[in-house]
Amino acid sequence: MIRPVLVLAASEFQEGLRNRWVVSAVLLLATLAFSLALLGSSPIGETRASTLNVTTVSLASLSVYLIPLIALMLTYDSIIGERERGTLLLLLTYPITRGQVILGKFLGHFAIIALALVIGYGTTGIYLATTGDTLPIDWVLFLSMLSTSLMLGSVFLGAGYLISVCVSSRATAAGIAISTWLFVVVIYDLLLLGVVLVDSEHSISADMFSLILLFNPADVYRLFNLAGSEAASLVSGSLGTLDSSMLSTGVLITALALWIALPLLSSIWVFKRLEL
Amino acid sequence: MNCAETAAMNVLEIKQLRKTYGTEVAVDDLSLAMTAGESLAVIGHNGAGKTTLMKLILGLTRSESGTIERYSYLPGCAQAAQARDAIGFLPEIVAFPGALTGRQMLHFYARLKNKTLGNCDELLDLVGLTDAAQRKINTYSKGMRQRLGLAQALLGQPSLLLLDEPTSGLDPFLRRHFYEIINTRQAAGASVMISSHALTEIEAQTDRIAIMKNGRLLNLGSLEQLRRKAALPVQLLVSCRGGTEVPAVQSVSMAAAPLKLGTGQWQFSCAEEQKLPLLHQLTAHGDIVTDIVVRPPRLDDLYAYFVNGDAE
Repeated sequence: MIRPVLVLAASEFQEGLRNRWVVSAVLLLATLAFSLALLGSSPIGETRASTLNVTTVSLASLSVYLIPLIALMLTYDSIIGERERGTLLLLLTYPITRGQVILGKFLGHFAIIALALVIGYGTTGIYLATTGDTLPIDWVLFLSMLSTSLMLGSVFLGAGYLISVCVSSRATAAGIAISTWLFVVVIYDLLLLGVVLVDSEHSISADMFSLILLFNPADVYRLFNLAGSEAASLVSGSLGTLDSSMLSTGVLITALALWIALPLLSSIWVFKRLEL
Repeated sequence: MNCAETAAMNVLEIKQLRKTYGTEVAVDDLSLAMTAGESLAVIGHNGAGKTTLMKLILGLTRSESGTIERYSYLPGCAQAAQARDAIGFLPEIVAFPGALTGRQMLHFYARLKNKTLGNCDELLDLVGLTDAAQRKINTYSKGMRQRLGLAQALLGQPSLLLLDEPTSGLDPFLRRHFYEIINTRQAAGASVMISSHALTEIEAQTDRIAIMKNGRLLNLGSLEQLRRKAALPVQLLVSCRGGTEVPAVQSVSMAAAPLKLGTGQWQFSCAEEQKLPLLHQLTAHGDIVTDIVVRPPRLDDLYAYFVNGDAE
């Protein structure tokens, strides 16, 4: 059962290596992480936080834009592209189910993002840890940022497949992917901010506000990494004031996990019903 | 599934298959069966339902009603097993990711089919791609892609080969080589279904011919059976020495009066059973008749007859 999934995953990963996707993603993430690390070390002043912690939080606020974009660009044409090129038809005549096709691609793309994150961010983490940081380093903060970034990536890999199985041309898929990205990481929060500003009678309770944030995977990621831990709140400060009694770490992780499952399973559901 | 010996030899059984796309009927009330080692040509206009039929057999699209049963046979075992990897398919437009080499591509498909990679080089050799195995597919010509397509269809000795317009875009030499390979597989027990427009080419290559129109199966049978059913006249092309005189023919009922094709060239038409008496009489005119070419109805003629006959 698992064999065709692994065969396809390996092939997707190799394709990522071949067409320089992996290299570009690693370089992009590493460059940004290093820049942030070097920039971040100057204005700390008297803050009681290590450089790595500051960098971790900066990376998280950057990742929320970058990781979904990378994931969507990796996947938006994964099904429709193969349909247009004509390779999908042949693939599906092989002993592989449509569910296995999606899972195989997911696994391959997941490996690409994981590699890019681990190398790109990991080298920065190790660099900062080894270049004389006097304050205690919060490795838990760093590693949970890394793993939730991977989860965030997974959400948008699934979203990419869902887009890819629903459309009938690559151009449409690209358009929807960009719109999705814009809406989730930018517009959603702007709208929310607008509503809060207009809502002078405070009819939106804190609990309701938290609930609204849970409906956006990017916000779940932000809450976890920028407000979820005390160390992060200390550095970021921005969302630290949010009453997060309802948004415990467990709730946030569960929400992210559900956000991974939802588009991924929907894409399989749609793909199975697709007439080729 | 426990099948009787006779029934068990069916590799494919299709019953009352129907498929529509919106209001358009792609396949309508189609039933056919294929036995092991048999070849079947499916012919018809564009949009007659040939490709849809193949997609239905492959499970790429769902039928509205009807059943499709596929069986595969292991050597020495009468038991039939429903199997998907016992099928090889060559799509009409075969496409591969261009960045891979031919060998890498074939290895990928072999892994998917869970077959040993050792056979891949053998297959590449069979289709004549050994020299190009290390080259990227985007440097391949149309014919080379088609041959790589055939190689992937042959992976793992499938008991049923579905070939959709397999020789379109191939030069005559490659076509011949293509059919040689397919015939070898057929001799080894594989059943082959070929859809084609190249009627003159296909008539010598298949055991049975299925003529489709508007999703319906108009006729199904061997070339001989179709000829008998159509009862189209046989044509005799007669060359005469010198003058313009027609060889006199008596007491043979002709399908049409002799037709002059050129100087000393006449075309005689008669029913199949009148062919020998006519030949007999013509050869008696040894003084003027220099050559006779017998031209039985070709598949083109039969196809035109059945397809147009249905329209009337």
